Amino acid sequence: MEAWRFFRQTVKMVFIGTKVYYLWCAFLLTIIGVAIAFYVKQLDAGLIVTHMRDQVSWGLYIGNFTYLVGVAAAAVLLVIPAYIYHFDPIKEIVVLGELLAASAIIMALMFVLADLGRPDRFWHLIPFIGSLSFPKSLLAWDVIVLNGYLVLNTLVPIYILVKIYFGAEPNKKFVIPLVLLSIPWAVGIHTVTAFLYNGLAARPFWNASILAPRFLASAFCSGPAMAIIIFQILRKTAGMKIKNEALFKISELIAYAMFINLFLLGAELFKEYYTGTIHLAPMEYLYQGLHGHNSLVPWIWSALLMNVTAFFIFLIPKTRENLLTLNIGSLFIIVGVWIEKGLGLIVPGFIPDPLGEIYEYMPNITEISISLGIWAFGLLIFTFFMRIAIPIQRGDFIHSRYTKPTARPQYERIEP
Amino acid sequence: MMSLGAVAGLSLGSLACTKAGMEEFLQKHFREMTEDEKKQVIRRLEERYLKKYGKKVLISTQPAETGVLWGYGLDLSRCIGCRRCVYACVKENNQSRVHPQLQWIRVIRLKKGSLINLENAEHYYNPETVPEPGFMYMPVQCQQCENPPCVRVCPVKATWKEPDGIVVVDYNWCIGCRYCMAACPYKGRVFNWAEPNLPAAEVNTEVHYLGNRPRMKNVVEKCTFCVQRVRQGRYPACVEICPTGTRKFGNLLDPNSEIRYLIENKRVFRLKEDFNTDPKFYYFFSA
Repeated sequence: MEAWRFFRQTVKMVFIGTKVYYLWCAFLLTIIGVAIAFYVKQLDAGLIVTHMRDQVSWGLYIGNFTYLVGVAAAAVLLVIPAYIYHFDPIKEIVVLGELLAASAIIMALMFVLADLGRPDRFWHLIPFIGSLSFPKSLLAWDVIVLNGYLVLNTLVPIYILVKIYFGAEPNKKFVIPLVLLSIPWAVGIHTVTAFLYNGLAARPFWNASILAPRFLASAFCSGPAMAIIIFQILRKTAGMKIKNEALFKISELIAYAMFINLFLLGAELFKEYYTGTIHLAPMEYLYQGLHGHNSLVPWIWSALLMNVTAFFIFLIPKTRENLLTLNIGSLFIIVGVWIEKGLGLIVPGFIPDPLGEIYEYMPNITEISISLGIWAFGLLIFTFFMRIAIPIQRGDFIHSRYTKPTARPQYERIEP
Repeated sequence: MMSLGAVAGLSLGSLACTKAGMEEFLQKHFREMTEDEKKQVIRRLEERYLKKYGKKVLISTQPAETGVLWGYGLDLSRCIGCRRCVYACVKENNQSRVHPQLQWIRVIRLKKGSLINLENAEHYYNPETVPEPGFMYMPVQCQQCENPPCVRVCPVKATWKEPDGIVVVDYNWCIGCRYCMAACPYKGRVFNWAEPNLPAAEVNTEVHYLGNRPRMKNVVEKCTFCVQRVRQGRYPACVEICPTGTRKFGNLLDPNSEIRYLIENKRVFRLKEDFNTDPKFYYFFSA
């Protein structure tokens, strides 16, 4: 049975590997284990074990959620330049982009779940079974678009990979419409996530029309920056064929996206500071500190510094086309946007609170551990995805009729 | 999705050990229950409360009366900032006392001369005596908006506006996402960050399902104008306790009610009217 062989081999590929692969998996599993321990405590004692309180009722979890939705959206949007600029391994980029998106969405959903006070009542969110408040609640919209996006982004790569395994060309009439659908859907998930905050009049920091465009612009920075790093890792460890030129092109696109992101930030800063109404307070808290409370100030200035530096690195051809500076720029963007869109977006929304109280929030060890665990879980899933997808795409893992029974499967050499 | 399943399984596992736990897990939305189902749920809850607090708690599901729309009046010129209302509310409504300490009313202290910008409001002050010269006090609680943003954002319809205008929460349906807390411009909602700490001796046994029945961890709660009292013709606890007559309450649809008199004869305003939330909580100055 070929299907059985396929299944057996994939399990084997995931469980059998080199020492480096085992170490990597063990490393991730350790972090996941610690996170589970903390999560069990959180389930038992309640969210009081976090630093969230009535004044700042969302924190690190929702910050990570927002960031990862952006990564998921941008991973798929990478398909557009891949088509336009004829990047060499286009099918690989589609599959990789969609699997990265799927992993990011899984993480994003896990972050929502970690934040949920009553995960036991999760089923109340399921349409028809529970009582999903669609279309009134933007959170209901998010549940629908994120899960739809997850299905779309697992369906397409699995279909392509299985087809390749069986030595057949993927049916373009089936794949292309789905890939084309996933592009506006990617824009959609991030817009809906922005609207989630944007629609709250009680929170002037989020209630700015610029929020959704800024979300998209910054996602176009962080997602591709992550892809640049991942492409290089896969090129080294799994023999993925991607040319430097493609990486340089992506970084050029990041420069444009970062320019738009910084421009929109400037527009926002101008409006808030020049008018100087009471709605300036959250912005003031973030960038200058408010009434002596300033724990986010160093964070946001580091983020700004990293983003601006990365912008210049990616703008100047010489630094863009040097792998060392390219990687520094990418890391700056990954971290810079994470701060800007994570704590830098969520926390000031709550400070000062609607009655003027200031409660300074910084995540505690529970929140940090659980968050790291979710990241580790996402990386592990993505590693497994790549473990199977790349040998298939390279033609190493293929239907038994194409392989000699004595041939030693090549995937055993593969490192993560 | 796997993880979602795993977590759901985990929590299901811990709950489903008992029959009551399973029933609670599968319990329907309050508004979708038949009368029989409501009775069953009440019986189960009363048993649980008896076990937990050693007291017979009477849970009412009394619906709103027709022709009633509750409205609240608050005389800012009378409030002295004693915060007796805060504690009467806590006692009446079975809030968690410590870890976490939950209060539905917040009396903020404002320097005279500033009313709209709450950024300089003080939340924690402890003078020997009140009122203090140079300050005024503004109690804020759920404003029972006619157009409540909290209800709009709830992803599972766990909170809604009753026909008599009170915004309530089904504590057994809330998933604890706290989106409503982010949406409220009045800080009208608080969260049970842990299992509520309610000493058995202090349990108020006259409760309403949608109001002051003891809550559980990780759900949201809020002022209900003391739904358990007002539907039986009594004043909310905060109105009753107030030593200065700051607090007024009545039926907005009754032309002879005190609240209607106030709206027609005093210069009333509502908090953050620019949000179009249309609160049924009227502030005014009698002097």
